[in-house]
Amino acid sequence: MNEKLQNAIQVLQQKYGCEAHVHRGEHTLFMSADNLFEASQVLRDDFGFNLFASLTATDYWPEEEPRMHLSYQFFSIEHNMHLRLRVPLAGDNLNVPSIEKIYPNANWYEREVYDMFGVNFDDHSDLRRILMPYEWEGHPLRKDYPLGYEEPQFTFNFDAIDLRKPKATE
Amino acid sequence: MGVEQKLGNLGIVTTSLEKAVNWSRTRAMWPLLSGLACCAIEMMSAQASHYDMSRFGMELMRASPRQSDLLIVAGRVTRKMAPVLRRLYDQLPDPKWAVAMGDCCSCGGVFNNYAILQGVDEIIPIDVYIAGCPPRPEGLIHGILTLYEKVENEKLTKWK
Amino acid sequence: MAQLQEVSLDEIRHLVSDRAISGETMLLNMGPQHPSTHGVLRLLLELDGETIVHCIPDIGYLHTGIEKNMEAKTYQKAEVMTDRMDYLNTVGNNLVYCLAIEKLVELDVPERAQVIRVVLTELQRIASHLVWLATQSLDLAAQSVFLYCFREREIILDLLELVSGQRMMTTYIRPGGVWRDVPEEFYGAVDDFVNMFPKRIDQYDGLLTKNPIYIDRTKRIGVISAEDAVAWGLTGPTLRGSGVAYDLRKFQPYSGYEDYDFDVPTQTSGDVYGRFMVRMEEFRQSLRIVQQGMKRLKETKGAPVHSNNRKYVPPPRSEIGVSMESLIHHFKLWTEGFNAPKGYVYFPVESPRGELGCYLESDGGPKPYRVHFRAPSFSHLQAISKLSKGHMVADLVAIIGSIDIVLGDADR
Repeated sequence: MNEKLQNAIQVLQQKYGCEAHVHRGEHTLFMSADNLFEASQVLRDDFGFNLFASLTATDYWPEEEPRMHLSYQFFSIEHNMHLRLRVPLAGDNLNVPSIEKIYPNANWYEREVYDMFGVNFDDHSDLRRILMPYEWEGHPLRKDYPLGYEEPQFTFNFDAIDLRKPKATE
Repeated sequence: MGVEQKLGNLGIVTTSLEKAVNWSRTRAMWPLLSGLACCAIEMMSAQASHYDMSRFGMELMRASPRQSDLLIVAGRVTRKMAPVLRRLYDQLPDPKWAVAMGDCCSCGGVFNNYAILQGVDEIIPIDVYIAGCPPRPEGLIHGILTLYEKVENEKLTKWK
Repeated sequence: MAQLQEVSLDEIRHLVSDRAISGETMLLNMGPQHPSTHGVLRLLLELDGETIVHCIPDIGYLHTGIEKNMEAKTYQKAEVMTDRMDYLNTVGNNLVYCLAIEKLVELDVPERAQVIRVVLTELQRIASHLVWLATQSLDLAAQSVFLYCFREREIILDLLELVSGQRMMTTYIRPGGVWRDVPEEFYGAVDDFVNMFPKRIDQYDGLLTKNPIYIDRTKRIGVISAEDAVAWGLTGPTLRGSGVAYDLRKFQPYSGYEDYDFDVPTQTSGDVYGRFMVRMEEFRQSLRIVQQGMKRLKETKGAPVHSNNRKYVPPPRSEIGVSMESLIHHFKLWTEGFNAPKGYVYFPVESPRGELGCYLESDGGPKPYRVHFRAPSFSHLQAISKLSKGHMVADLVAIIGSIDIVLGDADR
C-alpha cells in the first residue's frame, strides 16, 4: 500500500515537477493550476484514486502571492490510500480548470469554493452560487470579508452603536 | 344562584362571548409543519408518544399554511430563508400566532454572523419566546401553555 | 425584508431540457417548506406528467456560516458550534473535530476515554438511524413506525443526558479525552437498553421488511451502480447499498475501532430497499460494538478519562487550589486557549450518513485558521438528479429518505 502511494507520488513529481510534503502521516503534493486536470486524470486512471473526497480552499490574505491554496483530497478504495493536491493561487489570477469531467462529484464542491472564495473554475457546467442567496455580493469566507456580527450594546455605548445599526425603513 | 341555576338545570350554560371563543381557539390549535434545524427534531420528539403534544390540542401538524393557526419557528433562520418564512406567515389566515422556539430564533443564539437573522422577530411578530438550545420537549409544551394563557386573555376589541 | 428572490428561468435554462422552455413539461417547485424534504431543501422538478425529467436541488437555506464563525473563536469554544452542524449525529461531530485537533497537536488520549467515545458514537449512530427510519416510514405512510422509533430514541437521549447533562448538543467529547467520567447509573442503564433493543429491531423488521406495500415502493427505485456511486462521491450506507464495502471504521480505524469485532453489512441491489436493509443491519452491528465497549468500560473503572497534558486539557478543580502550575495552566487555557503548531490535517470518520471529514489548518495561533467539514449530505444531494431520473414524484420522496440527508450537514 505504501509502495503504491510512493510510486504515485514519484510519477507525479517526475511529470510535473511538484514538491512533496509529509506532515502527521499525510502526503501532500504542491501542483500548479495548469497541471491539475492532467494530474487528476492520471491519478484516477493509472493509480486507482476513484473517490474524490473533498475540495476546500484557504485564504491567506493579506499575502497576495499566493493568495489562496486549494486542497484536493483523493482516496483510493482498493488500495486504501489518501493523497492531497494543493494548488497555490495568486491574488490576481484566481482561475483553476474544473475537474468535473473526471470526477462528477466535483461539481458542487467547486460551486461552493466559488461561492465562498470567488475562485473561478474554467469549463464548469453550472457555476452559480450554492449556499448564499443568488444575488449576494461578496465572497464570505475570504479573510477581508467581515464576520457581520451584531455588536453587544451595553448602556455606556448603546446610542453610539444604535447609530451604526441598519434600521428597517417603515 | 338564581337564573343561572335554573338555566343550568335546563342544560343551558352562560358565559361571555370572549371566553367561549378564546376557549375554543386554544383547544384545537394546529401548528404549521415548519421545522428548520435542530429544534425541529425536539419538536418531533414533543409530537411523538413520550411527550405527547396531542394532549394539548395539537393533534397534527398541517403541511399547508392555509390550514393552520400557529407558526412554530423551530431552528435558525438564515437570510436566504427569511423571505420564505415571511411569505409563510403571510399565508396563515387570521387569527394566527407565532412562537419562536429555541435560542436561534429568539435572538440569534450561538451564531452571530453574516448569515443568520439575529432573532426571527426581525421579520415576524412573535407571541412567545422559548429559550433553550434546543429546548426540551417539556420546555416547548410550557411555551405552548403560556401561549394558551395569552390567548385566553385576549380581548374582544383586539380581535382581527 | 425584500421580495422573494427566485431562480428565474434564465438561470436554470442550461439545466432543464428544451421541452420545459417550450412548455411541454411542467416546472414545479417542491419548496423549502415541505413535509417530506427532511429539512429546508428546495427541489425544482421538471415533470412530464408525473415522471421526473430533471430534478435540480437548491440548498443554502440553512447556511449558518459555521466555518467562518469558528475562525473567530478559540479551539475549545469553537467546538460548541460543531454540534449544530449535523444535528442528528452531534457526538460524531464533536468526535471528528477533537480527533483532528489531536492529530494536529499530537495529543494522546487514554484508553478509557477512547472506549467511552466509541460507546457514545455507536449509541448516537443508533439514534440517528432511528430518526432516519422514522422519517422514511412517515413519508411512505407507515406512521406507527415513527412513534415506535421515537420511543426508543428517548431512551438513548436519556443516556446522553445522564452522561453529559444535555439531550442533543452534548459537547461531551473534548480534545484529549472526554469531559468527565461516566456516572455509576450509566452501566445499568446501557445494559437495560442493550437487552431490550434487539426485540424492538425485530418489531420494525416485522412491520416493514416483508411488507408488500413497502417492498413495492422501495424495490428498483433509485438504483445506482457501484462505479457510479463512487464517481458521484457517495459514502456510508448509501454506498454500501450498492455493494462497495467501504467503511472508515475498518479502512482507517480511529479511536480503537480495530479492537472491536463487528461486520460491515452490504447489499448489491443499489436501490432504496438495499439501503434500508443495510441500515437495519447496522442497528445490530452497532449494538454489538456497544456491548463490547461496555465490557471494557467495566474492566477499566477508575482509569483516567482525559490526557494529562495540562497544556491542552484543563486540570481538575481540586488541583487548582493547591498547585500554582495548575492555576497558571487553567488561566492560560481559559483566556488565550492552547496554540496549535502550523500545519494542516484532514481526518475522516464514519458518521451515520457517510464520510464526515474535518480539514483543520492552523497558523500557530489559538484560533483555527481554517476549518472545513466535508459533509456527507452535501455530496449525496448532488446525486439526487441522477438517482431520480425517470421516476415519479412519489418515488422521489422515498429516494430522499433513503440517502438520509440532514440539511444542517449539507449547508453548514
